[in-house]
Amino acid sequence: MGEEVKVFRTWSSPFALRVVWALDLKGIKYETIYEDLSNKSPLLLQYNPIHKKVPVLLHNSKPIAESLVILEYIEDTWKHRPLLPQDPHQRANARFWIKFGEDKVFPAVRDSLLKQGKEQEEAHEAALESFKLLEEELKGKKLFGGEEIGMVDIALGWLANLVSVLEEVLVLKFIDEHKFPLLSAWMRLFADIPVIKQSWPPRDKLVTKYIAIREARLATN
Amino acid sequence: MAESDVKLIGAWPSPFVLRARIALNIKHVDYEFVEEKFGSKSELLLKSNPVHKKIPVLLHAGKPICESLIIVEYVDETWTSGSSILPSDPYDRAIARFWAAYVDEKFFPSMKGIAAAPNEEAKKAALEQVESGLAFLEEAFGKISKGKPFFGGEQIGHIDIAFGSLLAWLRVTEKTTGLKLLDQAKTTPQLAKWAETFCQHPAVSGVMPETEKLAEFAKLLFAKMKGINPQ
Repeated sequence: MGEEVKVFRTWSSPFALRVVWALDLKGIKYETIYEDLSNKSPLLLQYNPIHKKVPVLLHNSKPIAESLVILEYIEDTWKHRPLLPQDPHQRANARFWIKFGEDKVFPAVRDSLLKQGKEQEEAHEAALESFKLLEEELKGKKLFGGEEIGMVDIALGWLANLVSVLEEVLVLKFIDEHKFPLLSAWMRLFADIPVIKQSWPPRDKLVTKYIAIREARLATN
Repeated sequence: MAESDVKLIGAWPSPFVLRARIALNIKHVDYEFVEEKFGSKSELLLKSNPVHKKIPVLLHAGKPICESLIIVEYVDETWTSGSSILPSDPYDRAIARFWAAYVDEKFFPSMKGIAAAPNEEAKKAALEQVESGLAFLEEAFGKISKGKPFFGGEQIGHIDIAFGSLLAWLRVTEKTTGLKLLDQAKTTPQLAKWAETFCQHPAVSGVMPETEKLAEFAKLLFAKMKGINPQ
């Protein structure tokens, strides 16, 4: 069909990985453009003038920004290998957990990285509380999408990669095997799926990156 | 379908509840409005939204749907009467979702920032954020509406609902700060006109809170919040 699909990303952005996974799962061919966020390309600024961030998906010269918006666009455009259930109530439930991941899980984990002292403790507590709810949601399922990866797995998939990196960087436990057996099993299962495994950024580089981010943030406080 | 098949748990001042009401009105869905009492949460709410314990919650044949924009998409997918809320073209849908997310993640927090500002300097900074947000939305309106009255074109769409639901609170903010944020003459001529058209739409006019009534409620709300968090 000669469709032009391009993904603007960085080597490590967990948000961009979501787009990569969705396209790879649906077998869509695309060109990758790596951005240096300290020196953003004119194209990126043109395609995402509001947020100036990655990822951006370019499809037939039309740009789409915001990873979760891009996931829904991919789902609307390429209808094979669906990532969302057909039933409207189940779709609403999937979207609920995707939003939960963005609004509760991610900020708590991020703040555990960026804060210290009492603020870090509170962020860590909030993260653990959010994991309890994810653990509940996994009851009776091996993946959030059921038998196959769905949009919720893709949206939360950053946990499967970054949690162990951040546990090393912060010397802090997030997802204990005994406290969160289902979530731990999900992380292992997700990380091992070939399409997912092939696109993990190098772990040692990630550790270095997050150590640097934390040090830079603490230095400005 | 029996009215009791569709219930909406909410409260009249909430812009998020308003989104759900407008969506249901667009689809001509009969529903029971279960009004939460200010300051307390009903058993039904706690049971229906155990994770967040927040309104709105849509109950359809007993099953709960939470989060206002998720409810709007659910209503659009479930009822085919009335007009479509999201466009049919995937790219247009992405644009609609992008701006709805912008309203929730950037614009609404900047509005809250004005009320929460601890001093004049912070208030000025928050106001500047709101003004720049409105400038983005003004430009977006021009591109997306393509000369039609709404972001959604001839009919109210997803962005109209996401942003329009905040208009009463925006007007309360104008009242308390003495500033014109939606300005016909200068900064946001298209949005000022759109706001009027939106508020007069039959799906909106019966449920949009009156500015005066909301301003009184706002006073009550802030007093209560200060009571809870003595500074």
